[in-house]
Amino acid sequence: MGRPDRIAPGDVPALELRGLGKTFHLRSGGVLRRRSTALHAVRDVDLVLPRNGILGLVGESGSGKSTTGMMALRLLEPTAGRILLEGTDITTLGSAALKPWRQKMQVVFQDSYSALDPMFTLQQVVAEPLRIHGIGTPDERAERALAWLERVGLHRGYGSRYAHELSGGQRQRVAIARALILGPSVLIADEPTSALDVSVKAQIINLLQDLQQDMGLSILFISHDLSVVRSLCDRVAVMFAGRIVEAAETEGIFGAARHPYTRSLLDAIPQLDPRNRRRRQFRSREDLAADIPVLSRAELAGDVAPSDTPRLVPVAPGHLVEARVTADPDTRSGA
Amino acid sequence: MSTDPMTGPAAAPEMLSRPGRRQRGPLWFAWRRFLANRAAVAGGVVLALIALLAVVAPLITPAGPNDQDFLSEALAFPSGAHWFGVDDLGRDFFTRIVHGARVSLTIGFAAAAFSVIIGIPLGAAAGYFGGRTDWIIMRVIEIFSVVPPLLAAMLLGALTGGGFWMIVAIAALFGWVQVCLLVRAQIKAFKEKEFVRAAQALGGGPSYVIRVHLIPNSISPIIIGFVLAIPMAMMLEASLSFLGVGVPPPTPSWGQMINTGLDFMYFYWHLAVFPTIALAVTVLATSLFGDGLRDALDPTMKAQ
Repeated sequence: MGRPDRIAPGDVPALELRGLGKTFHLRSGGVLRRRSTALHAVRDVDLVLPRNGILGLVGESGSGKSTTGMMALRLLEPTAGRILLEGTDITTLGSAALKPWRQKMQVVFQDSYSALDPMFTLQQVVAEPLRIHGIGTPDERAERALAWLERVGLHRGYGSRYAHELSGGQRQRVAIARALILGPSVLIADEPTSALDVSVKAQIINLLQDLQQDMGLSILFISHDLSVVRSLCDRVAVMFAGRIVEAAETEGIFGAARHPYTRSLLDAIPQLDPRNRRRRQFRSREDLAADIPVLSRAELAGDVAPSDTPRLVPVAPGHLVEARVTADPDTRSGA
Repeated sequence: MSTDPMTGPAAAPEMLSRPGRRQRGPLWFAWRRFLANRAAVAGGVVLALIALLAVVAPLITPAGPNDQDFLSEALAFPSGAHWFGVDDLGRDFFTRIVHGARVSLTIGFAAAAFSVIIGIPLGAAAGYFGGRTDWIIMRVIEIFSVVPPLLAAMLLGALTGGGFWMIVAIAALFGWVQVCLLVRAQIKAFKEKEFVRAAQALGGGPSYVIRVHLIPNSISPIIIGFVLAIPMAMMLEASLSFLGVGVPPPTPSWGQMINTGLDFMYFYWHLAVFPTIALAVTVLATSLFGDGLRDALDPTMKAQ
């Protein structure tokens, strides 16, 4: 009912972000001497989430990855760029026009405790999407909600319980059921496992993987946990200071990272073998921000004009790195 | 640090296991905290007793509240026949006091109810929308906080001639501010919660989110605001009636009785003392009960 019935052709990505940006204006000072500083939380982010694929978005806290996810969901209004859901521009749709599209894109948050209304029973939580979209009678909604609780691995006896009675992993299962009950094509998972124990984390990852395959979901998986990203994602984009600095197939990032920030992220993964333990060096944000790779045209996988402003350039098929491009290998200034 | 769980086999999944024993809810803990507060429990019991007396007033009193059945015994001191004595117009004073509780409690509860009815939507709008809406509502609240309630109430009472519903309206006019601030603070804290964002991501509009998620989660501050508005309204009624612009005679009102009692105080002490005690005990009991409820329902203590 009211659902967008336009079936996009197979080559249209599930979700595409084009030049997305968010600038916050911070006001300081008093009434008389008001200063306004612009904070670029996210700048010029291009992302393509293919159908039936999992794209990892990694980066440190404050790198803008969650802000990007919230903008893709239109929970935060972007100040620049476009959001294309199944090829349709939803950037400027009003709330009524957007409502049917919201069935196609859902979200799972990090903090499963605050993600569930403490006054709702779990069956009400899971049935809420159906209620908002006016699908089915109350009895049908309740039955579908209980069926979904079972699908995410919870006994239907939990339907009458409240969120505070569950463990973190169980709550996250409920949040996943709520996100998927409308049958969306895109799921934005904003650090869904970073608040969980290691063993529970593995169960939630397996659940997401199973559901992704069953439903043909496309997942934008936002995380700072590189081991999870490596096991789950097909492709990874690395964000630093509001920009995407490197994007590649998962093995391209983990095997052949080119950007210094990606390398320092990979260095931060704890070593399991004690012989490989060493005193780790952490580079400062300013140091990393200044260290922009310089690549010569010969190193690139495509024909790119030389440019002194850093931008994403291909270094291998499907592997993009933010770099300055010089015409000639000899002019490299020692990156 | 124990052994690394990453290397071991994945822990047995909690697949489809029946839920265990039901855990106690936050309300159960709030109830426990309330019971641990003796002053609040005493306040609640006393308030309940006064309310009970008010309800069954005609059954336990020897005469109607306005019946001058004992004119020959006017101004008699307390005795076995007249527990609180007889007033200057020959009416049984115990009857008057008990019927005064009816007026006091009705005005207290009615004013608190109207305070909540005005305060919830304004507080919800200010807290949820913020910005200009919040600015306007906060400025209105500031106007009400700057004006001394009694002076404004006297002015309004004198202009309108008082009366029962007028006093309810005046008390609600000053009572909603507290409810509004409590609800606004709670909604401001909850609107950034992820379950609210999830509802917005599902397409729930502002009225849906406020009605279904935010107001039910503000039930504690609403109860607190309601209970704390009651003694304020009762005090306001007594003050206005004392000053002669409140509930008009012959309707029994404690404020009015205190006023009359003052004239006879040096010779017939009971006419001033009993209504004062009745008012003090009722207001104190309601305040203690309200404070206890506030402490018990404090959301920061919920996780205990």
